[in-house]
Amino acid sequence: MAKVIQIVEDVTVRFAGDSGDGMQLTGSQFTDTTAVVGNDLSTLPDFPAEIRAPAGSLSGVSGFQLHFSSKDIQTPGDTPDVLVAMNPAALKVNLKDLKPNATIIINSSAFDSKNLRLANYETNPLEDGSLSGYNVIPVPLTQLTMSALEDLNLSTKEKERCKNFFALGLMYWMFNRPIDITMRWIETKFKNRPELVEANKRALQAGYNYGDTTEIFTTRYEIKAAKLPKGIYRNISGNEATALGFVTASLKSGLKLFLGSYPITPASEILQELSKYKEYDVITFQAEDEISGISAAIGAAFAGALAITTTSGPGFSLKTEALGLAVMTELPLVVVDVQRSGPSTGMPTKTEQADLLQAMFGRHGEAPLVVLAAQSPADCFYMAIEASKIAIEHMTPVILLTDGYLAFGSEPLRIPKFEELPEIKVNFRTDPTNFYPYQRDENLVRPWAIPGTPGLEHRIGGLEKRNIYGNISYEPENHEEMVRVRKQKVDNVQKVIPDLVVEGEQEGELLVLSWGSTYGAIKEAIENIKSKGYKASQAHLRYINPFPKNLGDVLNRFKKILIPELNMGHLAFIIRSKFLKDVIQLNKVQGRPFKVSEIENKIIEVLGGKNGK
Amino acid sequence: MENKIDEIKTQVKYTAKDFASDVDVKWCPGCGDYSILAQTQRTSPDFGELKENIVWISGIGCSSRFPYYMGTYGFHGIHGRAAAIATGVKLVNPKLQVWIATGDGDMLSIGGNHFIHACRKNINLKIVLFNNQIYGLTKGQYSPTSEKGKITKSSPYGTVEFPFNAIKLADAAGATFIARTIDRETKHMQEMLLRASKHVGLAFIEVYQNCVIFNDGAFSHLTDKETKADNLLVLEHGKPLVFGANKDKGIKLDGLNPVVINLNDGVHSINDCWVHDEFDANPTRGFILSRFTDIPGLPTPIGVFRQFNKPTFDGDYMKQIEEVKSKKGKGTYEKLMFNNNIWEVN
Ligand SMILES: Cc1ncc(C[n+]2csc(CCOP(=O)(O)OP(=O)(O)O)c2C)c(N)n1
Ligand code: SF4
Repeated sequence: MAKVIQIVEDVTVRFAGDSGDGMQLTGSQFTDTTAVVGNDLSTLPDFPAEIRAPAGSLSGVSGFQLHFSSKDIQTPGDTPDVLVAMNPAALKVNLKDLKPNATIIINSSAFDSKNLRLANYETNPLEDGSLSGYNVIPVPLTQLTMSALEDLNLSTKEKERCKNFFALGLMYWMFNRPIDITMRWIETKFKNRPELVEANKRALQAGYNYGDTTEIFTTRYEIKAAKLPKGIYRNISGNEATALGFVTASLKSGLKLFLGSYPITPASEILQELSKYKEYDVITFQAEDEISGISAAIGAAFAGALAITTTSGPGFSLKTEALGLAVMTELPLVVVDVQRSGPSTGMPTKTEQADLLQAMFGRHGEAPLVVLAAQSPADCFYMAIEASKIAIEHMTPVILLTDGYLAFGSEPLRIPKFEELPEIKVNFRTDPTNFYPYQRDENLVRPWAIPGTPGLEHRIGGLEKRNIYGNISYEPENHEEMVRVRKQKVDNVQKVIPDLVVEGEQEGELLVLSWGSTYGAIKEAIENIKSKGYKASQAHLRYINPFPKNLGDVLNRFKKILIPELNMGHLAFIIRSKFLKDVIQLNKVQGRPFKVSEIENKIIEVLGGKNGK
Repeated sequence: MENKIDEIKTQVKYTAKDFASDVDVKWCPGCGDYSILAQTQRTSPDFGELKENIVWISGIGCSSRFPYYMGTYGFHGIHGRAAAIATGVKLVNPKLQVWIATGDGDMLSIGGNHFIHACRKNINLKIVLFNNQIYGLTKGQYSPTSEKGKITKSSPYGTVEFPFNAIKLADAAGATFIARTIDRETKHMQEMLLRASKHVGLAFIEVYQNCVIFNDGAFSHLTDKETKADNLLVLEHGKPLVFGANKDKGIKLDGLNPVVINLNDGVHSINDCWVHDEFDANPTRGFILSRFTDIPGLPTPIGVFRQFNKPTFDGDYMKQIEEVKSKKGKGTYEKLMFNNNIWEVN
């Protein structure tokens, strides 16, 4: 039967199955292939906090969503067009998110009475008519995989495991993409188990062929390459981008990179990624706890390295005391907090933006430091470089906020040329004449004098310093002066950061002000409302302390300010208190990113009948 | 290159004065810390390091003010974290000789975790633990080395907890040079510091230090003329364990039990005594020695309990970096960013 090829602009696919079904792998393979064919894309992995919830249970469902398009896109998509459901639990958990009429490819082999019971289904949804609003395609994935691998000398379990590659092959056929990238991946991944190479490759090919030959599939889809700016691209996740940004900053500065860290979800990948780069003189110290991680990084900064520490919520809290020491000793240090939902252990694998106030104020004493936030997975690369540059050139700790959504999500990064990236100037002090450890330049920055330099032997630490000279001083006026100097030094960073850019009209009825990972959803929402005849502008903060110098100005040009945040109103709180300006809040704390539609609806509500005029 | 540095090192002739900073020392008059500072400044010229390559790092406590008084590089950290800070310094620049000044509260209480892990990894650091069996800076609460039943400001009815034995802890955790000395034993302390400076690996020295204000006399049985000889056992490599005013007492090993013998009783002689072997590869005897202070009736040993060589964390780390570099070549931006799955948009 002839198959129709339909050209579509934009598709959202979600792979869902049990945590043991390899859905993250399937999703990331589909992503890599999609990237290479040149679509713009954005991904959202979503997995349970438990490593292995009981197989087939609702709490064990793991998902991977991927939005790809021939246009420029910003988010992983609100509502999937296609769901691949490996078992009843996956269907149950994900059904409510789908578009009406969405295509559901169901592994019908898994819809037995046991799995239906585990998913709390009283009747079989494949038979009871409850899926009538969807385009349901039942495929006995497990069974088909088993027969494709029948003659292989592997256990039933091992054969069954290959079913995700069968599903992937089928999806490759459906969306008309090459399978050779995944073939190569399988070869390297299982290079020590040739029988698994054979099994997985065969399952992948069988899935692809199945799409081609069976009568059930009549339509294939094609999504043309996106018209992205010229250049060489790679797909990158936020954590990977953060790690590569730091290695790049180390190349730019000529400094050794030192990471002191303790594993924690969702930040661990940065440690894992950086531990690969020994040939770049990257030192990764997996410490005994977070306090040790940051303390070692402070020691490393004292010794002259580009020192960083990475963590998430609970670990970030543990680093608080040491951050004060870094402020007091005025050493360059970058702290990455990959935010997750809290308080306490919260929902470890879910995203949130609720550490902003802790980043800004969560220290004893007057301890200002620089706070930055990345806006997309690829932006993590640039912000890691920027954080390093500011830390080094201004001798200050810098907190870089990312979050679980950025960390695991991915998008294409146009790889910049090395020369396009900013220089990072390192000025180790070597001249002993008239040296004082707290001498300051015009930006109030003190010299970086590292151990091993003759003639500059000096002592620093957490006790209050006499300005300039650096010896201990408990003098009341000096303390106040130092508090002011340290604040001014951080405020001076404002001189070097870019002005806030307003996208859209430069003044008017409504400005949507935001920070962190909400950028993409807001951008898409504003584009959407434009087509409905509404008008709003967007301004997104990547620099939070200090704010860009034109922020007050920008705020005053709009009648209403809407601040959507994945918290109860942290930025709103700061803006209100700093600019005495009221703002409208849109808050979501469900451990999930905003949907474009949620922001869209809020904007329309705020604009009321005014239609943006 | 190495030779040249060694040459420079021996050419520079320092005196104790070179290792004093211009900061006024502010410990209480009579504090044992003064002696530790003096012995350190006295021996530093013999550490075989250029002054700029020596770094003193500390946590918080009276003892942790130490780096401010040394004329070297110094870093006064936060409570308990000296070992972690020092690890960062050492990994970034393994050429530096990194010393830690710490207290019993600082290192064994809040810093316990960092201490055991630094020992375990055998990081090439030198730790000098000022043990006054009390919290000095916070004015007199009991510490994790205070003896059970000790009455202090926070234990008016006496503590109900057992103390840590620092030597035993360091040994069990994996330190490769373990010694004890006393603030009043100046020559002995100098020797311990000097030997620690030459050790490659984690060197741990416990110094019994008198806090005149909050725990005065805690070690007087080891320092007072009348009692000292009967309570103090000086460990020397290759020498029998003998003590007492007239060298008339010895230690014999009865199975694994140390027993005090009278060398003048006509039954025992010096030949029955346990001969100290610092380099004993078997940890058993070192462990027994470390337990002397837990057993009533046995003298308190000072000196080197154990020392041996084992690869260091920093050494192996640098080796690994060099190995990867020689295999993969030095990293470049292009190799970093342009991975397998790149594509071009024209
Ligand atoms: C996080 C933190 N907790 C508590 C303290 C208070 N503190 C300072 S020093 C100290 C104990 C010091 O005892 P020790 O290490 O034995 O040193 P000493 O003063 O006796 O030399 C304590 C509890 C602190 N500075 N920081
Ligand atoms: S309180 Fe004790 S330890 Fe602290 S300086 Fe005074 S005597 Fe020394």
